[in-house]
Amino acid sequence: MNITEKILAKSSNKISVKSGEIIDSKVDILMIHDLTGPLAVKAFEKIGVNKVWNNQKVIVVLDHQIPAESITAAELHKTMRKFAKEQTLKIYDVGKGGICHQVLPEKGHVLPGTVILGADSHTCTYGALGAFATGIGSTEAAAVMATGKIWLKVPEAIKLDIHGEFKKLVTPKDLILHIIGKLGADGAIYKSVEFSGPIIEKMSIAGRMTLCNMAVEMGAKNGIIEPDATTRKFLEGRTNQTLDSINKLKSDNDAFYEKIINLNVKDLEPQIAFSPRVDNVKPVSEAKNIEINQAFIGSCTNGRLQDLRLAAKILKGKKVKDSVRTLIIPASQEVYSDALKEGLIETFTEAGALVCGSSCGPCLGGHIGLLAKDEICISTSNRNFIGRMGSKEAKVFLASPATVAASAITGKITNPQEIEA
Amino acid sequence: MKISGKAIKFGKDIDTDVILPGKYLVLVDPKELAKHAMEGIDPDFPKKAEKGIIIVSGKNFGCGSSREQAPLALKYAGVKCVIAESFARIFFRNSINIGLPVIECEGISNLVNNDDDLTVDLLNGIVQNNSNNQIINGIKLPQFIIEILDDGGLIENLRRRINK
Ligand code: SF4
Repeated sequence: MNITEKILAKSSNKISVKSGEIIDSKVDILMIHDLTGPLAVKAFEKIGVNKVWNNQKVIVVLDHQIPAESITAAELHKTMRKFAKEQTLKIYDVGKGGICHQVLPEKGHVLPGTVILGADSHTCTYGALGAFATGIGSTEAAAVMATGKIWLKVPEAIKLDIHGEFKKLVTPKDLILHIIGKLGADGAIYKSVEFSGPIIEKMSIAGRMTLCNMAVEMGAKNGIIEPDATTRKFLEGRTNQTLDSINKLKSDNDAFYEKIINLNVKDLEPQIAFSPRVDNVKPVSEAKNIEINQAFIGSCTNGRLQDLRLAAKILKGKKVKDSVRTLIIPASQEVYSDALKEGLIETFTEAGALVCGSSCGPCLGGHIGLLAKDEICISTSNRNFIGRMGSKEAKVFLASPATVAASAITGKITNPQEIEA
Repeated sequence: MKISGKAIKFGKDIDTDVILPGKYLVLVDPKELAKHAMEGIDPDFPKKAEKGIIIVSGKNFGCGSSREQAPLALKYAGVKCVIAESFARIFFRNSINIGLPVIECEGISNLVNNDDDLTVDLLNGIVQNNSNNQIINGIKLPQFIIEILDDGGLIENLRRRINK
């Protein structure tokens, strides 16, 4: 079995499972947030059970439209706080957490080998720690809250074996954009995507999270990486669970994959996903004279400390172009605080960037930094669909934190390798 | 379970930001959501769907976010069923869970034109195009999913099962 099958066999009390099989799985953690949570709460109340199946296992994060951007949002937040209080659930409120997909791993809620569901499509991020994690909708989240279980179809798996060394200022984000460009937005629909190979073994948890985060952009059910010493190191001090089984959680040598794709990153250039498709990916050298109005560094894809360090390296001692609004949003309060201690925030503010409190920010066009008609934004987030960040007539281009920082300086989409760093 | 209606066609990779832009997620009333259904691609869609229609679409319908508000908006706008070459998985599950029938049907885009009159036999996974008398086989849904749809959605289904 591959790692995903192993986790699902265990969670459904079976010795083995095969792709295509429908199983009844137990759930280890369920996450709901301020936009999907209220509908889940409403649905939960209709089911007719009083308590969630396990109050230790349901986590509430307010992150999408915080601090409340409207009275409607404020009311939704109130609903979530009330529900969390009644059900005695852990809630990460304004200033206490940050973006759900950063907070759950940081706070030790994500453990290798577990089944994690979130009422958010980028729940697949947690595969970076060797968990089976996937997104569901609100009604389904309500059903999970009532029963602690879910039916799942065991996915077929694609393995990506990645070799080589990254060139300077080429990052995991460039790698995943490249992969999505190759496979297409429906290239892994319903499937499990397993990332492996020497590059992954050397990669930090932050980089692995960027990869798994975007698995859903090619339709994948989950992205996953075998847990290892790096995973253990990340989790130490964040959880009091024993981490003994980490080493055993590996895909078998004879595990079945529908496809195994070998990739070498040695010639990979910084990549750009051109508006309005995540799979419309080309090397940055093909982005000629695209002037930008806004540069955004943040989101659950690239708002981690490592990303901010990279951006700061490029912005240090420089100014962002007058015509560019540069928004930087650390993915969590922890990241914010670390960035502050390292002096990164100072680098950003001195460069003329606006650093905002941890939240999803402009990523989903909820608030903070929406775009007007005909405006162009280069962003480290994961989606560039029409209307994603505001006006239907605005354009979003996706790139790495290095490329976004470089572009903020020049005012047009720029290869970071051309900016001295 | 048979569903009939006129077809409205869309292309491939229709994402949830197109089906229901993020800025409307704060709306709670499904009838309000319905007013913005498909706004990203066709602002007149709610008017066209009013009397009850069937969406026919290419690959990867509903890709993007997990927002259940997307199928909700479609359902309340008058969409009786979505037929697509393939679906994004969260959208597929969400639709069933809120009681909006969905069926995967390879090749459907080439066999249906806008305004064709369709009948979907969910139980047997068959789409009939009454305008050109074609019969197209889709993927049959498992029995337990048909039951969820019959009950009108997952919550109703769960209530029935829990209170049994
Ligand atoms: S940062 Fe963007 S993609 Fe991530 S959870 Fe928030 S809205 Fe979704």
